This record gives sequence, C-alpha cells and structure tokens, in this order.
Amino acid sequence: MTCLAEIRRCLAMIALLAMSCSIASAADIGQIKTAKGEVSLERKGQSMPARVGMRLETADVLKTGPDGSVGITMADNSLLSAGANSILSLDRFDYDPTTNQGRFDTQLQKGTLSVISGRMAKQSPDAMTVRTPSAILGVRGTEFVLSAND
Amino acid sequence: MTSQRCLANLAIAFALVVAGCQSGTVVLLPEQDGKETAVVVKQRDGEVTLREPYAASKLSNTGPQAYKSSAEEVQALFGPALAARPERPVEFTLYFVEGKDELTDESKKIVNDVYAEIARRPAPDVLVIGHTDAVGSHQINDPLSLQRAELVRAGLIQNKIAPENIVAIGRGKRELFVPTDDGVAHPRNRRVVIFVR
Repeated sequence: MTCLAEIRRCLAMIALLAMSCSIASAADIGQIKTAKGEVSLERKGQSMPARVGMRLETADVLKTGPDGSVGITMADNSLLSAGANSILSLDRFDYDPTTNQGRFDTQLQKGTLSVISGRMAKQSPDAMTVRTPSAILGVRGTEFVLSAND
Repeated sequence: MTSQRCLANLAIAFALVVAGCQSGTVVLLPEQDGKETAVVVKQRDGEVTLREPYAASKLSNTGPQAYKSSAEEVQALFGPALAARPERPVEFTLYFVEGKDELTDESKKIVNDVYAEIARRPAPDVLVIGHTDAVGSHQINDPLSLQRAELVRAGLIQNKIAPENIVAIGRGKRELFVPTDDGVAHPRNRRVVIFVR
C-alpha cells in the first residue's frame, strides 16, 4: 500500500516535470495555417512576411494587403481569419489548458474577420472579447464575422 | 459672426465624418453543432445581443443597430475572410485497456486515421488531451491524465511527428465523457482526445 502510494507520487512528479516541458514548448499561442497574397507579421517593432506554419506570440499583429488573407488556429482551437486590408492584433492570450480558463482579447483595427471561438469561450462566457475601434464584442462560444471600416 | 458659425458648422461636420468612419458590421453565423450561442455587441451608447443565425448589427456613431443579415450578404462582405479560415480541428478519442498503458484494439486502428489526418494537412499541429475517470482527487488525476497524454505524444514522436508540433495536456476528471458521480470508475472516461489542426 505504501509502495503504491510511493509509485503514484513518483509518477505525479514525472508528470509535473513533463507538464513544465509541454508548457515551455507551448509558449507560442497559435499558428498561421493559411496565408494568401501580401501578409505581414509584426512582432516587437519588426515586420516580417507571414508564412504558413509560423508560430504566434502574444502582442503579434497581422496585416494583410489589398490581395491578402490569413488564417490562424489558436492553442485553444479558436480559428480566426482576416480578409484583405486588415489589421488584427493578438492583444492577450492567457490559457490554462487543464482548466480551459483564461482570457483571449483580440482587436480588428480595420478590415474583415471571421471568428470561430475555441475551448476558452466554451468554458466561460467572459473569456473572449474582440474589439474594433468603436465596439467591444463579448463572445459566448460561437461563430461570427465582423468588419471595421477606416 | 457668419464666419464663426461657418467654422462651427464645419467642425460639427468634421466630427460627424470622423465618428462616421468608426463603423462596421457584426453578423452571427449558424453554428455547426447547433448549440445555443451569442455575441454581445457593446458600443458607447448601447448594447445589442445577437442570438439567431444571421442576427446582425451595424456599428455606427449612433451605437449598435440590429438588423437581419443573410448568407448572401455575408458572402459578399466576408467572402475572402471566410475562404481564409483554417480547417477545423479534427477530433479522435483513444481508450486504454483498464489499468494499463495500452490502447484497446479498437483504438489502435484509430491511430492510423490520426496519422492520415496529420499527413493531409499543410501545417499540422496536434493537441493531445488526457482524461481520467472520477475516481480520486484533482491532485491525483491531473498528473495521471497528463501522463496518458504524454504517452500518446511519445508514440506520435516515435512515428516521426515533429515534437514541437505536439502539445500534451491533462484535464484530469474535469471533462467526463460519460457523466458520473464523483468517485465512480468508468472505462469510457479513461481516454486521450487528440485534436489534429
């Protein structure tokens, strides 16, 4: 009996170690899955061409040109995609995958955006917001589209 | 006097134009799984809640204005954004032989489907989520569920899936597939769910 408890504790330790590894590799919050035409990714003041497969980080900004579009999948299974002449900033993405709790705030500064919300919005109705320059959208686990004109 | 009034009018007109610039549209879309959902649209001067498919709101300087949109309008306004949507994550569930780190025969067959789905996608990444049944505390089940997920992750890595594309997490007993009372053992709850995305 004590032996079993000991083994369980040991396994728990291993799992905890593994957990810290997984979280380290999941520092990225999402990934670019589709990209067409002119798309750039701005990170810490640097701008680079966005390519399919690129990992995303909090505070990244995606910009599409007149012929551009981009689609991303977030760590909580949220799917976002922007059409032409759009600016989308990933302002905040705090996600605890064990509890599905967290916070996801994005802003569509201009352009068009399609949203399919993910595991966080499903877990708690106030976890996800999408802003435009004039409005705040509270997402109650759903699919929608929005535009912001400049 | 006249020029002052003219300037004031110009200022008002300019403010209206600027405010008018801050516009847009929000449209709720039909849900794939048919669950009840909503989007709450808040602007300085008001709030609109969209609940039905194609319920929509204009964003303008006078606050949100609800209206009914349509599939045609959505396609016209948002076609390119919708065309850029990533493929939806595909979900697979693997079950374990009771008390073992071994997959059931049925689940071993599903593993091939997982590889096929990964191979099909242009930039695949995999989320592996371990679950336990309701026996024991969170302190016991959280690491146990993660251990199951890590086992599946290790198997994927052995089969040449890049480690940086697989994240393993444990949900413990928080998401029972078969709802049971706390403390109840159930084989269908001891599982690993894989999202290929």
